[in-house]
Amino acid sequence: MLSIKNLHASVEGTPILKGIDLDVAAGEVHAIMGPNGSGKSTLANVIAGRDGYDVTAGKVVFRGKNLLELPVEERACEGIFLAFQYPVEIPGVSNLYLLKTALNSIRKHRGLNDLSAVEFLKLIKEKIKLVEMKEEFLHRSVNEGFSGGEKKRNEILQLAVLEPSLAILDETDSGLDIDALKVVANGVNSLRDEQRAMIVVTHYQRLLDYIIPDKVHVMANGRIVKSGDKSLALELEKHGYAWIAQDPGAAAAPPAGS
Amino acid sequence: MASPANDIDRLIKREYKEGFVTDIDSETLPPGLDEGVVRAISEKKREPEFMLEWRLNAYHHWLTLTEPQWAHVHYEPIDYQAISYYSAPKDKDGPKSLDEVDPKLLETYEKLGIPLEEQKMLAGVAVDAVFDSVSVKTTFREKLAEVGVIFCSISEALQEHPDLVKQYLGSVVPAGDNFYAALNSAVFSDGSFVYVPKGIRCPMELSTYFRINAMNTGQFERTLIIADEGSYVSYLEGCTAPMRDENQLHAAVVELIAMKDAQIKYSTVQNWYPGDEHGRGGIYNFVTKRGACRGGNSKISWTQVETGSAITWKYPSVLLEGDNSVGEFYSVALTNNWQQADTGTKMVHIGKNTASTIISKGISAGHGQNAYRGLVKVLNQADNARNYSQCDSLLMGDRCGAHTFPYMEVKNPTAQVEHEATTSKISDDQLFYCRQRGLSEEDAVSMIVNGFCKEVFKELPMEFAVEARKLLEISLEGAVG
Ligand SMILES: Nc1ncnc2c1ncn2[C@@H]1O[C@H](COP(=O)(O)OP(=O)(O)OP(=O)(O)O)[C@@H](O)[C@H]1O
Ligand SMILES: [Mg+2]
Repeated sequence: MLSIKNLHASVEGTPILKGIDLDVAAGEVHAIMGPNGSGKSTLANVIAGRDGYDVTAGKVVFRGKNLLELPVEERACEGIFLAFQYPVEIPGVSNLYLLKTALNSIRKHRGLNDLSAVEFLKLIKEKIKLVEMKEEFLHRSVNEGFSGGEKKRNEILQLAVLEPSLAILDETDSGLDIDALKVVANGVNSLRDEQRAMIVVTHYQRLLDYIIPDKVHVMANGRIVKSGDKSLALELEKHGYAWIAQDPGAAAAPPAGS
Repeated sequence: MASPANDIDRLIKREYKEGFVTDIDSETLPPGLDEGVVRAISEKKREPEFMLEWRLNAYHHWLTLTEPQWAHVHYEPIDYQAISYYSAPKDKDGPKSLDEVDPKLLETYEKLGIPLEEQKMLAGVAVDAVFDSVSVKTTFREKLAEVGVIFCSISEALQEHPDLVKQYLGSVVPAGDNFYAALNSAVFSDGSFVYVPKGIRCPMELSTYFRINAMNTGQFERTLIIADEGSYVSYLEGCTAPMRDENQLHAAVVELIAMKDAQIKYSTVQNWYPGDEHGRGGIYNFVTKRGACRGGNSKISWTQVETGSAITWKYPSVLLEGDNSVGEFYSVALTNNWQQADTGTKMVHIGKNTASTIISKGISAGHGQNAYRGLVKVLNQADNARNYSQCDSLLMGDRCGAHTFPYMEVKNPTAQVEHEATTSKISDDQLFYCRQRGLSEEDAVSMIVNGFCKEVFKELPMEFAVEARKLLEISLEGAVG
C-alpha cells in the first residue's frame, strides 16, 4: 500500500530525514518509535504533504500513485489520514461542520454524493460512541478549549468517520489517562481490517499492549535504525534507546518488508 | 387599493428604485445639483409642500458643509456636479439580453443562487412586467395590512401617510447631520417606510433589495422605520450593483425609532460592486444609519455584513434615550483587492441602566484596508450604563491592513465599559489541518473565516446567513495562494 524508498527531506536546508525505507502492506499495523527529535513527526508530515519540507531524494508511492506530486487535500482524499500530535483549534467552526465538510469532500473525490444531513447524523452518532465522546463536543468549535485527551479522542473520531486506507497516528497516546488510552485503542482496533493500514508513532510500550503491531521500527537521527516484530518494543522498554545505539548491526538493519 | 397593473408598475419602480417607468428618457435629469434640481425632484414626486421646504433647507445647509476627511480612506475628490441626481432605470446602452452581460457577473449571481429573472434585473436588463413575485408581494401587503403594519416606499408614504413622515423624518438624523446626510436629505429619490403599530409583532421579515443600475448616477435612498410601543420588526436590506468602471456614489440615510418596549432588528448584507482587482470602479458607500431607543426597555439591533463597495463609510448607531434600553451592533466587514472600509458604530447612553454590545469582525485580504471606528458615549445622567465591545481583525496576506479606533467618552462614574481587541492571521497549521481532512485550500479558508464571523452570522436571519456565507466565499476568491 505504502512504499517509501530512500526518502530524504530537509527543513530550511537542514536535513532531517536521511534515507527512510519503509513498506506498509494493507492490513498491517506498524509502530514507529524513537527518541525525541529523531524525525518521526517529520516523516508523518512529509507523507501527508505539509508545506515547508523539501524532499531532496527518494520516492513515496501510495496505492500506485506518486504521493509527492499530490497536494495535501488530494492525498487526504486518496485515503491518507494523519492524527496530529498537536491538533489545532479552529474558533467558531463546529466540530460537526468540519467533519461533514471533510467527509463530503472525500466522498466527492470518490465520485459519491454528499450524505444528507440525516444520514450524516446517523453515522456520527454511531461513531461517537466508539470514542465515548459526549454529543455536545460535536457542537463545540474544533478543539477549542478541549483538554489534551479530548483533542486526541476527537482525532480518532475523525479517523472513524473518514475511514482512510492509511492512518498515521502521531503520539495519539501521549497525554492520555489510562481509561482514555483504552478508549482510543479500542477505537483504533475497531477500525483495523484487511483493507486498512496504520502507522502508530509512540514512545510507550503501553499503547502497543492494546494496539498490537505487526512491525516495530526504531528511528534515530532521521533513519530507521532497527525493525522487528512486537517484541522489539518490549526490548526497548527494558533497555532504552541507548541499547540500539550500541548495537553494531542496528544502523545497517534491513528496511521493513524487504 | 391599486389595480394589479399599478402594482406591477410599482413593483418594477420599487426594484429599480430610481424607477418611474413611464417615459423613462424624459425623466432623467442632467448631471449637476442646484436648487432647481431639488425642486424638480420634489415636483416629479408630487410631494407635499413641507417636504420641498425640508429638502431645500437641507440643500442650503449642505452648501455650507465640507466633506469629512477624518476617515481612514483615500479617494479622488468627488465632483458633485458630475452626478445625475435623478435617473430612470432603463439604460439605453445597457445590455438587451443576458448574452450581452459580462459573464463574470453572471457567474457571480449564479454562485449567489439568484434566479434568472433576478439576474436579468440585477444586470440592468429590462425585465418583462410578468414577474413571479408580484402576486406574492400583494399577498404580503394584504397580510401586513391586516395587522396594521405599513410597509411601502417612502414616496408612497409621503402621499398616503404624510403626517407620520412629517413627524419622524429627520428626528433621528437631522437634515444637516453631516455632509452626506444633508445631501441625501436634499435629493433622496426613494427608499422604504415601515410603521408597526402598538403591540404588534410584525408577522414576517420585511426586506428590500437596493440596486444601482444606471451609470453616472448617485443613489440616495432614505429609510424610515417606526416601531410603536411594544411592537417588534425585523428588517432586511440587501444591496448589489452592476460592475462599472467608474465609481458611483451611494449616500443613504436610515432612521429607526423604537418606542417604549419596542424592538427593531435591522440586518444588512451589503454587496455593492467593490471595483475590480486593480481598484478600478466600485461604489462609494457613504451611509448614515442611526436608531433612537425613544422609550424605556426598547431595543435596536444592527447586524451588517459588508463585503462590497470600493469605499465604505458607515457607522450604524444607537441613541439609548429610554431607561433600560439596549443597543447592539454586530458587524463583519471584509476588504479585498483595493477595497477600503471605515466602519463601526456609536452607542450613546442617555437613559439609566442602558446597555450596549458591539461585536466587530474585520477581515482584510489583498490590499484591503479595514478600520473599525467606534464611539461609546455615556452622558452624565446615564447611571449604570454598560458597554461591551469586541473588535477582532483577521489578516490574510501581508499587504492589507487593519486599524482599530475605539473612542470612549464616559461622563458618569457608574458606567462599566469594556473593550477587547484582537488581531490574528489564518495560521498555516489551521490550513494544513483542514486540508489534511480533505478540504481544498479555498474551502478551508472560507470555513475558517466563517468561523471567525460566527458571532455575527448567528444574529442574521437564516436565509441571510446563507447568503452572507456565500458572499464571503466569493469575495475571498483568490485571496490566498
Ligand atoms: N519546521 C522546522 N524547522 C526547524 N526544524 C525542524 C522543523 N521541523 C522539525 N525540525 C527538526 O527536525 C527534527 C525532527 O523533528 P520531529 O518533530 O520530526 O521529531 P519527533 O521524532 O517527532 O520528536 P518527538 O518525539 O519529540 O515528537 C528536530 O530536531 C526538529 O527540531
Ligand atoms: Mg513528534
